[in-house]
Amino acid sequence: MKMTHLSQKNSFKPKKMPFGRYIKNNYDLYIMLLPALAFIIIFAYLPMYGVLMAFQDFNPAQGIAGSPWVGLKHFERFFSIYTAKQIIVNTIVLSLYSIIVSFPFPIILALMLNYSVSKRFGKMVQTVTYIPYFISITVLIGMMNIFFSPNYGIVNTVISALGGTTQTFMSDSSWFRHLYVWSGVWQNMGYSAIVYIAALSSVDPTLYEAATLDGASKLQRMRYIDIPTIMPTCVIMLLLSLGSIMGVGFEKVYLMQNDRNSAISEVISTYVYKVGLLDGRYSFSSAVNLFNSIINFTLLIFVNKVSKKISDISLW
Amino acid sequence: MHSKIFKGTKSDVIFDIVNTVLLILITLIILYPLYYIVIASVSTPTMVLTGKVTLFPRGFQLESYKRVFSNPDIGRGYFNTILYTSLGTIINLIVTLPAAYSLSRKDLRGKNFIMMIFSFTMFFGGGTIPTFLVVKDLGLYNSFWALLIPSAMSVWNLIICRNFFEGSIPLELYEVSIIDGCTNRKFFIQIALPLSKALIAVMVLFYAVGHWNSYFSALLYLKDSELYPLQMVLRNILISSQPDATLAGMTDRAKFYQEVEMLKYALVIVSSVPVLMLYPFVQKYFVKGVMIGSIKG
Repeated sequence: MKMTHLSQKNSFKPKKMPFGRYIKNNYDLYIMLLPALAFIIIFAYLPMYGVLMAFQDFNPAQGIAGSPWVGLKHFERFFSIYTAKQIIVNTIVLSLYSIIVSFPFPIILALMLNYSVSKRFGKMVQTVTYIPYFISITVLIGMMNIFFSPNYGIVNTVISALGGTTQTFMSDSSWFRHLYVWSGVWQNMGYSAIVYIAALSSVDPTLYEAATLDGASKLQRMRYIDIPTIMPTCVIMLLLSLGSIMGVGFEKVYLMQNDRNSAISEVISTYVYKVGLLDGRYSFSSAVNLFNSIINFTLLIFVNKVSKKISDISLW
Repeated sequence: MHSKIFKGTKSDVIFDIVNTVLLILITLIILYPLYYIVIASVSTPTMVLTGKVTLFPRGFQLESYKRVFSNPDIGRGYFNTILYTSLGTIINLIVTLPAAYSLSRKDLRGKNFIMMIFSFTMFFGGGTIPTFLVVKDLGLYNSFWALLIPSAMSVWNLIICRNFFEGSIPLELYEVSIIDGCTNRKFFIQIALPLSKALIAVMVLFYAVGHWNSYFSALLYLKDSELYPLQMVLRNILISSQPDATLAGMTDRAKFYQEVEMLKYALVIVSSVPVLMLYPFVQKYFVKGVMIGSIKG
């Protein structure tokens, strides 16, 4: 559902005006497009040209045109590094875990809100659930450092009050994935529910009336009316997230990283940043990034094909 | 009272009770961490660090807020962020809205091709290093503009705007106004924009929150800490826990850490409040905006 509009075709065919007259009347439409087009060409298409450096020993002084071509050398080097496998596995595990956990929560929340006992109460809960979405990643991780601190964090205070052993959550690699995923649920559940709430609002109310007359309970109405209605939305949202399985974002992981959890927390995006910008190995870093983008893009095309087959919904 | 809220068959009543309890639980889980930071920020450090603060502030103090406000790094970061956010959002609107209107016009020739140029970038990109080099080649590296120009537009927001214009500014309206000699640009500024206040509110919210919260561009493109936005300062204090100027000279180590910790609570509040204050005003637009993006408008 999201982005279905990309596939929309112009059904409206205006009467063809001669080209010269059309431009004379409408040249300003193109001028209005100009800043956006210039922006996208400079900051999206120029870097795509720059990605050719993945096949070179790129030297900034010589540029893409002057640097020597080396074929797949950097790709081969990446796969020969023993950490490469670990990084790829880390990326996939983190994003699969994240998708599996964060997919159902917004749907359940939307269904629950749809059946809240009073409109005002539902609105209030909904409003509260959006709040964390506006908190920056920096503040979120800062808050996690506070709550999960081994010395004075409230989580450990509660654990020791209950007689348990305290944990060094933030620097313990075995906690990294759980903290990453569940804090994401806390932050994004309300925001992600909006799409489903919108889908639920499209249910024809006479369906509910008819079902109630037939003696259907609320649970049955949810099961046989609501869930089928939002199913296409659920499918496309799930497919979309599967399409970006290799695309674990940089910002949050990077802030959660420390020396003690880096074996688990190193993902492709953080690795690309470190070898590229901190170590200055431009070509190598671009090769790793390109490998990642190609997999992502292929996955997206595949997922889109599947989606088209089973739900008739497509991205383009 | 009870029977008024929960009505219907027995199973429906149970359903309602379970549902209400769960919704209240969700609300508490979301609110408590935020509430805790608020009460901890006004409690004395020893009370917080010994776990005595749980439901109410203990040993009220506002010293940590004074320290946050008197810290020169935080002050400068705050000022920079306000500048980046306001200027950045204006640039975003100037780039996004006219282009979106143009793309919403059914009679725009080459529309599908131009749209493809934009949407392809949502699925494929050059990556961190090539983008970094473009920014550097343009002479933007380590400059004030590095946080504004490379994030001048988001394609996702462009599509939201286009959908909005398609749904709410019919071509017929334009066709009527050309009879009066109205040009496209005049129509856009004098008729389309005033009809799109809800959209503008949503865009201001999305873009402004994005600028306020972003640290990645600063991490990539800025070297000089004079230019750092608030989020970079936050990162240094909240996450890296680097000792900072106001606290230097404190000899007692335990006391030093206490002070750093105290600063954190107040800092979280001070840095998040502006965005959270913006939210209630644009709340109804926010939901609308997300829906314009997800459903074809």
